[in-house]
Amino acid sequence: MKILVCISNVPDTTTKIRFAEGNKAIDTTGIQWVINPWDELSLTRALELRDDPSNGIKSVTVAHVGKADSEPTIRKALAIGADDAVRVNAGSSDAYFVALQLAEVIRKEQFDIIMCGIESSDFNGSAVGGMIAESLGTGSVSAVSGLTISNNQPVMTREIDGGREVVAMTTPLVAIVQKGIAKEPRIAAMRGIMMARSKQIRVYEPVPVEPLTEVQVFEKPAPRAACRFIDPDNPAQLIDLLQNEAKVI
Amino acid sequence: MSVLVYTENWDGKFKKLSFELVSYASAIAEMLNTTVTAVTIGETDDTVLNELGRYGAEKAINIIGDSLKILDNQAYAQILSDIAVKEGSKVIILANNNSGKALAPRISVRLKAGIGSGVSKLPLNLNPFTVYKRTYSGNAFAHLVIKSDIRILTLAQNSFDVAEKPKNIVLEKVQSGIDGSLVRTAIRETQKQSGQVILTDADIVVSGGRGMKSPENWPPLVELAGLLGAATACSRPVSDEGWRPHEEHTGQTGKIIAPNLYIAVGISGATQHLAGVSSSKYIVAINTDKDAPIFEAAQYGIVGDAMKVLPKLVEAVRSIKGR
Ligand SMILES: Cc1cc2nc3c(=O)[nH]c(=O)nc-3n(C[C@H](O)[C@H](O)[C@H](O)COP(=O)(O)OP(=O)(O)OC[C@H]3O[C@@H](n4cnc5c(N)ncnc54)[C@H](O)[C@@H]3O)c2cc1C
Ligand SMILES: Nc1ncnc2c1ncn2[C@@H]1O[C@H](COP(=O)(O)O)[C@@H](O)[C@H]1O
Repeated sequence: MKILVCISNVPDTTTKIRFAEGNKAIDTTGIQWVINPWDELSLTRALELRDDPSNGIKSVTVAHVGKADSEPTIRKALAIGADDAVRVNAGSSDAYFVALQLAEVIRKEQFDIIMCGIESSDFNGSAVGGMIAESLGTGSVSAVSGLTISNNQPVMTREIDGGREVVAMTTPLVAIVQKGIAKEPRIAAMRGIMMARSKQIRVYEPVPVEPLTEVQVFEKPAPRAACRFIDPDNPAQLIDLLQNEAKVI
Repeated sequence: MSVLVYTENWDGKFKKLSFELVSYASAIAEMLNTTVTAVTIGETDDTVLNELGRYGAEKAINIIGDSLKILDNQAYAQILSDIAVKEGSKVIILANNNSGKALAPRISVRLKAGIGSGVSKLPLNLNPFTVYKRTYSGNAFAHLVIKSDIRILTLAQNSFDVAEKPKNIVLEKVQSGIDGSLVRTAIRETQKQSGQVILTDADIVVSGGRGMKSPENWPPLVELAGLLGAATACSRPVSDEGWRPHEEHTGQTGKIIAPNLYIAVGISGATQHLAGVSSSKYIVAINTDKDAPIFEAAQYGIVGDAMKVLPKLVEAVRSIKGR
C-alpha cells in the first residue's frame, strides 16, 4: 500500500498575525513557516505504519500545493522521513482549488490511504480532505484519532459527540486526522536531513480550476474589555458578578 | 429556493445546537426573502421534528433507511446534495462540528458550492455574498466572498442566539434511495461517554492547567464544575502528563469550544491554548501570576493560589445554589 500525506505550510503557531496590502493578505516579514501541526502528526503516524513491515506500507509520499518558496517545508517533511514528495506549482488560493489539484495528483500516481489534517491553522477551512475524497469518489472518514492496518485494511478510530467509534473501510480512502493520531511529532535527525537533499520532489503544473471563494479583507478580533480583578480573599464577589452582571450562571 | 439546514439528530433527539442552526437559517432566509427547510437523517418522531418549527423552519424532511444508522460521509453528502437540488436551495447550513466538517466539503464538490466554514455572524453582504469567518485559529477573521451560485456555511458553535419564530411546519418522511453498497463505513465498535456533560456541548467549562500542580489537586475543580453543571477541561501539558483524560484537552490541537463561561485555573494562556477557547463569551482566569497572558483574554480575574481560591468558590456557589 502507498500512503499520501497532504501537508500545508503555515505560520508558526506563536506568530503574531499582521496584515499587508490593505489587509488583503498576511504580512510575511519575519514569519517562520512550519508544517501544519495536524499534518506533522499525520506524517508521523504514516511513518510509524511504514516502519513496521507487517503493515505492508511500501512508501509515504507528501504532497503540497504551493509555490517554490514553500520547498523548505517539503524538505523538512522529507527529512522527517517521507520517501518522496510532490509539489503542485501554484499559490493555494482556496480549498476547492487546492483539493482539485491534489485529486489530480492522486489520479496520476494512485495512493491507497490519503491523509489530511482536520484543519489548516491559517485558513481553518476544514475542507480540503473531504473535497479530495468527493472529487475522487472515494470514501472518507473524518475526525480520525487513530489509524492501524489490520489484515491489509485500514481501521480507524473516529471521534463522535460524546464518544468514539472504530470503523473499517476499504481502500482507497481519505482519512481526515485530528488529535490522537500520533503522540509527538517525529523530528528530523541529522541523517534524515542529509538524506532529504537527495530525495525527489516531483513538480506538477496546476490544472485549471476556478476558485469558489476569495478573501476580501482580514480583520483582527475586537479587543476584549480589560480584565476586572477580584479580591482573592473574596471569591464570592466573582460568583455574584457571574450571576448578576454577566448572567452566565 | 429555500435555505436548507442540516439538523443532525442524536438518537432521535435535537440539541440546543440544532435550534441555533435553525435560528441562523431563519435569519438568512429572511434576508433572502425565502423559507427554511430542515433535513435530518435517521428516524425521528414527529413531535421532535415539530420543535424545529418553533425556530422558523417551514418544512422538515426526515430521511430514513436501514443503511443510514451510522454516519457515512459519502452517502450522507449525496442525500443532502440531492435534497438541496430538489429544493433549489442556494444556501446550505451545517454545524461546524465533526459531522458538519465531514459533510460540507463533499457537498461543496458535488454542487460546486463554495464553503464559508466556522462563520459566526450573518452574511455581511448578499452581493457579493460575503461571510465573516474565523482564520488563523482565532487570531484574525476574514471577510470571505463566496462566488458560486450555491453557498455552504458551517456555523461556529454558540455564535448565534436561539430565537423563537414559530411557523407552521410541514413534515416529510422520505425513505432514502441510497443503495446500501455505497455505504463503505463499517462500524466495528462504539464507545460512548456516559453521565458527564459533553465538553463540546457545555455552556460552562471549568479547566485546569499545569498551575494545578498535580492530579491529586483536581477534586475542588471537579466539584466546582459539578455544582455549576459544567464540563471539565484542561490544557495540553495536563493531558500529555496523563493528569486528565485526553478528551479534556482544549486548544489549537485539542477541542475547540465556545461556552458561555470558561473558567481557566492555573493556565498561562498560551496562544495555542487560547485558539481553542477564545470564542467563549466570558473567560475567568485564576492565576498566581498577575502578568499571565490569560488575563488579557479574561473579563474577570483573580490573582491568587488556585488551592486557596477554588474551595472558596465552591463554597460561594453552594450558597447561591442552596446546597
Ligand atoms: C504546535 C503546538 C500546539 C499546541 N497546542 C496546544 C493546545 O491545543 N492546548 C494547549 O493548552 N496548549 C497547546 N500547546 C502548548 C502551549 O504552548 C502551552 O505550553 C500550554 O498551553 C501551557 O499549559 P499551561 O498553561 O497549563 O501551563 P504553563 O504555561 O506552565 O502555565 C501554568 C500557569 O499556572 C500558574 N500557576 C502556578 N501555580 C499556580 C497556583 N498555585 N495557582 C494558580 N495558578 C498557578 C502559573 O503562573 C502559569 O501561568 C501547543 C504548543 C505547540 C507548539
Ligand atoms: N496547500 C496545501 N497543500 C497540501 N495540502 C493542503 C494544503 N492546504 C490544506 N491541505 C490539507 O488539507 C488539510 C485541511 O486544510 P484546510 O481545509 O485548509 O483547513 C490540511 O491539514 C492539509 O492536510
